[in-house]
Amino acid sequence: MMANPLYHKNIISISELSKEELELIVQTAFKLKSHPRNDLLKNKLIGSCFFEASTRTRLSFETAVQRLGGNIIGFSDASNTSLAKKGETLADSIRIITSYTDALIMRHYREGAARLAADVSPVPIINAGDGSNQHPSQTLLDLFTIYETQGRLDNISIAFVGDLKYGRTVHSLSQALCKYNAKIYLVSPESLAMPEYIIDEYKENNIEFHVANTIEEVIPKVDILYMTRVQKERFDETEYRHLRAKFVLSANSFVGAKDNLKVLHPLPRIDEITLDVDTTPYAYYFQQAANGVFARQALLSLVLNEEV
Amino acid sequence: MTMKSQLQVEAIRQGTVIDHIPAGQALNILKLFHFLDTKDRITVGFNLPSKAFGHKDIIKVENVSITEEQSNQLALFAPKATVNIIDDFKVVKKRQLSLPERITNVFKCPNSNCITHYEPVAISNFKIINNNGKIQLKCKYCEKVFDREIVTNNI
Repeated sequence: MMANPLYHKNIISISELSKEELELIVQTAFKLKSHPRNDLLKNKLIGSCFFEASTRTRLSFETAVQRLGGNIIGFSDASNTSLAKKGETLADSIRIITSYTDALIMRHYREGAARLAADVSPVPIINAGDGSNQHPSQTLLDLFTIYETQGRLDNISIAFVGDLKYGRTVHSLSQALCKYNAKIYLVSPESLAMPEYIIDEYKENNIEFHVANTIEEVIPKVDILYMTRVQKERFDETEYRHLRAKFVLSANSFVGAKDNLKVLHPLPRIDEITLDVDTTPYAYYFQQAANGVFARQALLSLVLNEEV
Repeated sequence: MTMKSQLQVEAIRQGTVIDHIPAGQALNILKLFHFLDTKDRITVGFNLPSKAFGHKDIIKVENVSITEEQSNQLALFAPKATVNIIDDFKVVKKRQLSLPERITNVFKCPNSNCITHYEPVAISNFKIINNNGKIQLKCKYCEKVFDREIVTNNI
């Protein structure tokens, strides 16, 4: 039996995962959600090193490890460690930690830190976010949630709403969906529009995409409404108040929605999804967050077991 | 054109002539190849009239023949440059420039939060992307993609 293609691989960037590998992770997450396993990381010790605090991501990863029967060492914020104070290079810290563990989950505030770790580590590195660059497990849980709610990844109609300029999540997800012939709608303030290099990728992949002005006009057309937060700090107060109304989803917004429509959001949501949406059949962002544990279980099991 | 007007910069006996450099790029190329670190005689012409480009720069370095790898690095600054290897005042070899797949340890990453600025083992490493003639560089570490000029001006 050949080992699965992710066995002992570093997971640094979503762009390095092939269509087959993405599907393997999604299928494995689906399997582990319906038939939980508590043995896939038995006798494995996983490093969980968060050089930058990220409570949500860390708890999700650590839950995944523990549910699979693995053990964890690590830290939740490097400023509480002696690493930062003693001036050791990141490369040396990684060499030491990965000499103890079977894999390392790491988050760092600088772009490229995970790639550097992979250069010096003898064990697989799983990138849990490197600055504004990559956060592959977020994209995997998004893909898993799309698959779970729509029964497929191909030919999905999806709208991205909010901050499309700085939103790493929407960049990575829309790049991944280029492999699946998605139809994409973009709804954002002009100053937070999708960057040109992502639009170029749509074009290269012959992806149909449309820029729309309001959430209401895209709702009847889409299977997935992917909301993100427009950060207040990016605007002056009057401008923000003006914009806010345009990019807020409320229970009244769903006129003409398809039955299979699901609303996703990487969380935290602030006020771009009003509370009355939570009780509609369309809301799926809390289940999406819960799915993060299964997507991460799938990733860890595939990286650390020849067969799952 | 007479001989006199062709020789805008003094001929060399032996070495390398890099011609048809876009005006203003000669200094960057001197830095790229660390030509100024040697004691060899270097003649540089800036803003010389050129039929093809309007203006061009030219570099003549005595006693140095640049390698194929260096020629390929040069392609990033000056894709249309010509490299002539000179022996006894004659051109003995013309190098064709072709873009390398990757370029390491030459340019700094323009992204100031890239790990390459903070960790000595993370040596700058760019993949060269040719997007229908538009040359871009993608950092191996931060994965950001930059237009050629943004990277090459950051030497």
